[in-house]
Amino acid sequence: MKTFKIGGVHPEAQKLSNEISVETFPLPKQATIFVTQSLGAPAVPVVAKGDKVKVGQLLAKAEAFICANVHSPFSGTVNKIEPVADFTGYKKPAIIIDVEGDEWDESIDTSEEIVSEIKLSRKEIIDRMKACGIVGLGGACFPTHVKYMLPEGKSADYILVNAAECEPYITTDYRMMLEQTEQCLVGIEALLIASGAPKALIGIENNKPEAIRHLQEATKTHPKIEVVPLKTKYPQGAEKQLIQALTGRTVPNGRLPIDAGCIVNNIATTHAVYEAVQKNKPLIETYTTVTGKHLANRKNYKIRLGTPLKEVLDAVGIPENTGKIISGGPMMGKAMANTNTFFVKGMSSILFLDASESKRIPESNCLRCGKCIQACPMGLEPYLFRMLAVHNRLDDLEAHGIMNCIECGCCQSGCPAHIPLLDTVKTGKSKTGAMIKSRQVKKS
Amino acid sequence: MAGNTIILAVVILGVIGLVAAILLFFISKAFKVEENPLIDDVAAQLPGANCGGCGFAGCRGLAEAIVKAGNLEGLRCPAGGNSTMENIAKIMGLEAVAAEPMVAVVRCNGSCENAPAKVNYDSMPSCFFANSLYAGESACPYGCLGCGDCVGSCQFNALHIDPVTKLPVVDVNACVGCGACVKNCPRHIIELRFKGTEGRVYVTCMNKEKGPVAKKNCSAACIGCGKCAKNCPAEAITVQDSLAYIDFRKCTLCQTCVSGCPTGAIKFSNL
Repeated sequence: MKTFKIGGVHPEAQKLSNEISVETFPLPKQATIFVTQSLGAPAVPVVAKGDKVKVGQLLAKAEAFICANVHSPFSGTVNKIEPVADFTGYKKPAIIIDVEGDEWDESIDTSEEIVSEIKLSRKEIIDRMKACGIVGLGGACFPTHVKYMLPEGKSADYILVNAAECEPYITTDYRMMLEQTEQCLVGIEALLIASGAPKALIGIENNKPEAIRHLQEATKTHPKIEVVPLKTKYPQGAEKQLIQALTGRTVPNGRLPIDAGCIVNNIATTHAVYEAVQKNKPLIETYTTVTGKHLANRKNYKIRLGTPLKEVLDAVGIPENTGKIISGGPMMGKAMANTNTFFVKGMSSILFLDASESKRIPESNCLRCGKCIQACPMGLEPYLFRMLAVHNRLDDLEAHGIMNCIECGCCQSGCPAHIPLLDTVKTGKSKTGAMIKSRQVKKS
Repeated sequence: MAGNTIILAVVILGVIGLVAAILLFFISKAFKVEENPLIDDVAAQLPGANCGGCGFAGCRGLAEAIVKAGNLEGLRCPAGGNSTMENIAKIMGLEAVAAEPMVAVVRCNGSCENAPAKVNYDSMPSCFFANSLYAGESACPYGCLGCGDCVGSCQFNALHIDPVTKLPVVDVNACVGCGACVKNCPRHIIELRFKGTEGRVYVTCMNKEKGPVAKKNCSAACIGCGKCAKNCPAEAITVQDSLAYIDFRKCTLCQTCVSGCPTGAIKFSNL
């Protein structure tokens, strides 16, 4: 069974909602769409107060290189444009729309029919991804079209599709593989054309045998796409780990996947690419798992972006004794400081933790057991990072390669002394990153 | 026989030691670093806390800079204050310029009572980290996070977190105005102001949101109404981005603004 070479942990899978079919969440009365929904620079609003908008109409345009367009998920009237708090509590510019009916832009194909034949050329596909505001739905929200604008002299040998879904609890990718199989595969075909790569590999963890069987059956008509079962181990879906597991290649220190001849996309992104390329439908929906051990009413929802989170929480009912609500999975997700917020691209899970699960265990002294070193999939030394970060020794942190940390949380999850390793490493990493940046500014 | 071995060992060790000593003597002569003896004299006058308030990594850095520059322009030990600078000036044969001593003030009054917590923070006690995660327990994105990065950065034990309000408190007698806390506060809440003899008047709020928004999270927030600016006889107050600021160089400590502030966001502190 293929897997990455070093480190990794085995958290309980807790895929509690994998037998629940995807439901479409009803439209809200008023929606709030954040102007920036991708990594990189903020997009610039192109609508004004009082404008009538249709579903799929451009709301904010990407002007920088790393930035993604934002489209209206609703038809209605722009009520106002003002800063609104996101789940961290910090305010970001947002467009508030009063929803009226559900009128779609004419250029979008709203039929259910699956279109398998791809008519667009390589450049047209990349332009379409850019126009439709497609971002990586694995969590980082990196604009997808940027990955396909290959640097000169570089070519891709593989498109790697991350269907590992190694985060516990989350089940949207699994449901998508079962329910939207053909759409995802056509999306991958489009990505093959966009990259010029001859082969695509789909990596799935072997704790999802039904998805593996289902996709192996479906790929019989897609000779360029191969399904590769992977060992169940976290973080199997992390970019560099997935490349190593599927191709045996290693991305050089400080370089990009394309330097190893690979482009990695999430399975949910391939579905969005299908809709953009074949149906001209922008990214206006997110697939979200609503789950938790003590939540009775677990769901897999298809939700329009900008829907108030509160409506979803009301629909499932916040269970008693809830200690924490997390956006994302338990390993890399973030606890929400504000639930009075709205859905954004890449919000793939709402996870409820009860009071006992969400409480931190007080830390004790480091035992020097080396479990964090064993667990680190990047071969780093988290205990050392912690000591250096506490004393603000940024030069040493840089020398020991803190910028290679992928913030997967393996070190912290297995620490017998309950030391907040990831927290200290993140602090050290962001301070070191700022130092490197200021040094580069000084040089130029 | 045994006695001979011991003597032999002592002799060999002694000879090696002697040869090494002679060698080191000549090496240290040949590679001697010429250093101005004034640097040691100046460094001896400095407090030795290495707080970084002067802008150098440590006290010796400042001493070297003073001796190298030959004057005291822009070079000052805020921790040592005027007396230290006079001593240094004497050594250097210069004239010391007396400067107004500074003290740190905390420009947030978002105590547990004024700004009640909406969520609980249960992570690493670091303001820097908390600032990267969320807006704060009271949801004020400008307010104090209360994890005590400032307390940890103070070399003079002049700061502590009040257990009731969960806000940092400056011990005016211990604070030397080095500014280490100012640099370490991710929200830039701490400011250095003239220590003065009678006290300080300052706005205890950094919230730049519009009045009603700021007031929602904290009852002691500055709402930017401008009443203080209108009534200030010394014209020391300006309002920008819905936030008042009192210029301590102009303020006469008349306290008209303190009693007139509708939210109580202006504080007179005479500690």
